[in-house]
Amino acid sequence: MRTARWRAALRTPLGATAAAGSLALLVLAVAGPVLWGSAAEETDVASMNQPPSGDHLFGTDDLGRDVLARVLVATRTSLGLALGATAIGIALGLILGTLPVVLGQRLGRMVVALVNFLVAFPALLLALFFAVIFGLDARGAMLAIGMAIAPSFARLVQTLSASVAGRDYVSAARIAGVGRFRLIRRHVLPNIAEPLVVNATMGAGGALLAFAGLSFLGLGVQPPTYDWGRLLGEGLGRIYVNPAAALAPGVAVVVAGLVFALLGETCAAVLGVRTGRGPVAGRARHAEQPESGKEAAGTGGDTVLHVDNLTVAFPAERGTSRAVDGVTLGVRAGEAVGIVGESGSGKSLTALSAAGLAPASATVSADRLDVAGVPVLASSEAQLRDRLGTSVAMVFQDPTSSLNPSMRVGRQLGEIAQTHDGTSRAEGLRRAVERLTWVHIPDPQMRAGQFPHEFSGGMRQRAMIGMGLMGRPQLMIADEPTTALDVTVQREILRLLRDVQHDSGAAILLISHDIAVVSQICDRVLVMYAGRIVEELPVDRLDGGAVHPYTRALLASVPDMSTPQDVPLATIAGRPPEPSERSPGCAFAPRCAFADDLCRSTDPVLEVVGPQQRAACWHPQRAESVSGGTAGEMPGGTAGQSPEQTPARVTTGDDQ
Amino acid sequence: MAGASLYGQADVPDAPDVPGAPAGGGLPYGLDRLSNPWTRFLTRRLARLLVSVFVVVTATFLMIHLIPGDPVRAALGLTAPADLVESRRESLGLNEPLITQYVSYLGGLFTGDLGTSMISGTPVSEIIADRLPQTALLGSLAFLTAVAIAVPLGLAMALLTRDGRRRGVELGFTSTAAVMSAIPEFLLGVALVAVFAVSLGWFPVAGMSGASSFVLPVLALALGPAMALARILRVEALRVLGEDYVRTARAKRLPRRLVYRRHVFPNALTSMLTIGGLVLGAMLIGTVLVENVFAWPGLGMTIVESILQKDYPLVQGVVLVYGTSVLFLNLAVDVVLGIADPRSTIRES
Ligand code: SF4
Repeated sequence: MRTARWRAALRTPLGATAAAGSLALLVLAVAGPVLWGSAAEETDVASMNQPPSGDHLFGTDDLGRDVLARVLVATRTSLGLALGATAIGIALGLILGTLPVVLGQRLGRMVVALVNFLVAFPALLLALFFAVIFGLDARGAMLAIGMAIAPSFARLVQTLSASVAGRDYVSAARIAGVGRFRLIRRHVLPNIAEPLVVNATMGAGGALLAFAGLSFLGLGVQPPTYDWGRLLGEGLGRIYVNPAAALAPGVAVVVAGLVFALLGETCAAVLGVRTGRGPVAGRARHAEQPESGKEAAGTGGDTVLHVDNLTVAFPAERGTSRAVDGVTLGVRAGEAVGIVGESGSGKSLTALSAAGLAPASATVSADRLDVAGVPVLASSEAQLRDRLGTSVAMVFQDPTSSLNPSMRVGRQLGEIAQTHDGTSRAEGLRRAVERLTWVHIPDPQMRAGQFPHEFSGGMRQRAMIGMGLMGRPQLMIADEPTTALDVTVQREILRLLRDVQHDSGAAILLISHDIAVVSQICDRVLVMYAGRIVEELPVDRLDGGAVHPYTRALLASVPDMSTPQDVPLATIAGRPPEPSERSPGCAFAPRCAFADDLCRSTDPVLEVVGPQQRAACWHPQRAESVSGGTAGEMPGGTAGQSPEQTPARVTTGDDQ
Repeated sequence: MAGASLYGQADVPDAPDVPGAPAGGGLPYGLDRLSNPWTRFLTRRLARLLVSVFVVVTATFLMIHLIPGDPVRAALGLTAPADLVESRRESLGLNEPLITQYVSYLGGLFTGDLGTSMISGTPVSEIIADRLPQTALLGSLAFLTAVAIAVPLGLAMALLTRDGRRRGVELGFTSTAAVMSAIPEFLLGVALVAVFAVSLGWFPVAGMSGASSFVLPVLALALGPAMALARILRVEALRVLGEDYVRTARAKRLPRRLVYRRHVFPNALTSMLTIGGLVLGAMLIGTVLVENVFAWPGLGMTIVESILQKDYPLVQGVVLVYGTSVLFLNLAVDVVLGIADPRSTIRES
C-alpha cells in the first residue's frame, strides 16, 4: 500500500519533477567528476576569461578552464558536503531532542531551554560562529553548518517525541524499568521517523544553500577544491568579463535547492505529514449577493420578513443540491417566530439568506424575499446598506468567534452608529456604553474599553445583542444564540431576547435545534426538515396540537415535568437525508412510523390543518396528548435500540 | 422564569457571566488598572533578554578559547617569530587564568572596551561604530521595502483570489512567490548585478555611493522575504475572511472597505507578525552575504574579513553585535505583537 502511494505520487507533476530532478543530481554527482574531471582542470592560457562560445558554453575562468565543466564536476562536492552537514545536524538534533527524555526533569528542562535559545538565532549566524571555531575549510564548514541546523531539528524532535510518548507514558515506562535508550529506540523514534524524513529532506536543501553561502564568502571549501559557492565567488569577481561564470553556479544552487524542496513536499504528500508550507486552501466564506433574485414588489405592510418560495442551492457533484427547498414564511412586526430543525435542515441558511448573508457559493432564489420592505435579492450590497441600514440585527451561535478579537467591544458597537447614523466616534462609543447597560453588562464604561477575550461567554452574547440594538432593528435574527453557552446563561440570554422584543418592538426570528428553547419565547413555530417547512403552528398548540409525525417526535424527545425520570427519552431513529440523496416522496418517510406508499411516492404539500396551523403530511396525527405517550409510536422509539439513532436534541445546528 | 422583566433582573448577579478576574489588555482605557499585565510581561521579557545577552557574551568570550591550537599562532602564521607570538599573547591577556580573562572581558564590555584589532591596532569599538550605521541603514531599508511590497501584494492577492476566484492568478502568484523566496539573497544579488549593473548599466556594481547604489542591495535583501511574507499574508487574510467576526461585520452592513480595513486586515497582519519576526532576523544576517556581494562597507564585510584574517578580537566584537541585535529584534517583535494582539500578553502571564 505504501509502495502504491509512492507510485501514485510519481505520477503527479510535483512527484515526477522531484524524482527526475533527484535522479539527475545523483547521476551528475556520481558521473560528473569522471566525465568532465579532466576538462575542468585543463588550464589554457590562450583562452582566459572568455565569454560564452561554442567551445565553452559558459566561457572560461581566469586560468582558461571551462566553467560549465567545473560547475558539473562541483555537483559531487556540493551535494556531498550538504548531505554531510545535514547528517550531522540530524544526529545532533536527535541527541538534543531526546536528551530531555533520557535526563531527569531538571537537566531535561535545561536542554529544552538551550534549544529554545539557539533556535532564536538565524542559522547563518550560528554557522559563522562555529566556522570560526572549527576552522576555515570544508570539514570545518560542514561541522559548522551541521551545528547551525541542529537546533531546529532538536526542537522538532522534542515536539514530536513529546506528542508521541506523552510525559506520563515515558515516566511510567521509566518507573517500570524500561531502559531510557530502549524507550527512545523502541517507542519514540519509530513514531517520529516520517515527519523527520520530510524535514530532513527540506533541511538538506537549506544546508546546500548555507554551504554555498559560506564557500562564497571564502569561509567554506578552500582551493584547490571547489564547490558551487566557491565558483560563484570566483565568478563574481570577474562579472564584467564573463557574467555567465557567476550565473552558472548560481543557477545550479537554485535548481538543486528546488529539487530538495520538491522532494520534501513529495515525501510529505506521500507520508501525510503537514509541512506548514503548502498553500492552505483558501476557503473563505465571503458572501456575495447572488444575481439570481427575482424582482419583488416592495411593501410588506406590517410584515417585516416576507419569504416566498425561497431556494438555496449549492454546486454538487451532479448539478446542484438544494439545502433550502421552497420555503415560505412571514414574520409580522413585533412577533417572535421560531424555526426548529435538526442540523442540516436548512434553518440557518434560511435565516442567513433572509439577511442577505448567504455564503458566496450558494445560489439564492425566491419569488419574493423582502426584509423591512426591502427586496433583498434585487439589491446590491451597497443598496442593502443604504436601504436596510440597521433594521436587521443578527445574533450568531458562537459569540466568541463572532466578535473581532483585536477591537475593543465599545468600538465594535460604536462603528455601527458611525457608519449608519454618521455620528462621531465619541458619540458612537457613548451609545455603545448605553446599549451595554441595556443588556445588563455591569460596569459598561469599563467593559466598553475591553477586548472580547476579557468577557465571559454570556457577556459576549449580551454584547452581540447590544450590538443589534445600536440601530433601530425591526427584526432580530438569532441563529442558535444559546447553543454555545452554559445552561444557566442560556436562560438569561433567552430572557434578554424576549425583553428586547418587548421593549424595542423588534420582531424576532429564533433559529434552534431545540424545540424547548423556541417554545420559551416564540409566538409561532416553524418546523423544518430536509430544507422544507413541514409544520407551522402557534406555540400554545405545541402541547397536544402538533400533527406532523416529525414535530411530535421532536416534542417527545424533550424532557418535561410529566416525563418519568426512569424512562429513557425518545429519540428519532436514523438521520435526515443529505440534500443530494433525497428521493421522491416525503423526506421523512424513511424514519416515519406512518409512512405508506403514498408517502414514499408523492411529496406532501403544506396545507391548512387547523386554525393558524399548516402541515405537510399525508397522515396528520391528531388527538391524544404528545407528551409521554407517543414515544412508542416511533420506530425504535427509545434510545439504544438502533445504532443509527440520532438523538434529535443533541444535534448542533451549524447548517452551513 | 416567565414574566421576568428586562430591568427587574438586572441586579441579580448571574454567576457564570462574571469572569474570574478582571483582565487587562490595552493602554488607553484606564491605565492604572490595565498596566499590570504589561508590567509583568515587560519585566519577564527584559529578564529573559538579560539572561540571553549574558549567554551570548559568554559564548563570544569562549569562542576564542574553543579554537583548537594557539589562535595567535594561527593568526600570525607559522613563520612568525616565537617572541612576537608571546608578546601578542601577553597583550591579549591570553596567558592569564581563564576566569581572570573572563572578568576583565566583562569589565571591558561595561566600559565599551571590546579589545583591539590584532591586524590594524584600532579599537574594536571604533571599527564597529564606523561600520554599523551602513549595515543598519541597509537592513532597515530592506525591511521597509519588504513590508511595503508584501503587505499590499499579499492583501490584494487575498481579495483577488477569495472564494476560489481567479485560480490562474492564485497559481501564478503562489508558485512565483515560492520560487522567489527559495532563492537565497546572495544569488539574487549576483543575478541583479549581472542584469542591472553589468548588462544594463543602470546601477553601480558595488560600493556605497549615492542613492542609486542602494537599489540593488536593498532589492537583493528584500525580495525573497517580501514574497515569503506576501504568501503567508494571503493565506492569513483568506482565513480571516472566513471568520465569524467578518460575517458579523457584514451583518452590520459596513461598507466593504471598512470590513477589510477594520476587521480583516488588522487580524491578518497580527497573525503574520510571529513569522515576520523570524524573517526579519534572517534578513539581518542576510546582510552579511549581500554586503559581500556588493562590497558594502558595513559590518558584514568586517566580519568576513576579520574571520579570514583571524583577527579574533574583532570577530568577537562583531559576533556580539549581531547576536545581541537578534535578541533585541526578537524582543521588539514580541512587544509589537503584544500591542497588536491584545490576547498575547494575557497568554503570557
Ligand atoms: S407524509 Fe407520510 S411519511 Fe411523511 S410524515 Fe406524513 S405520514 Fe410520515
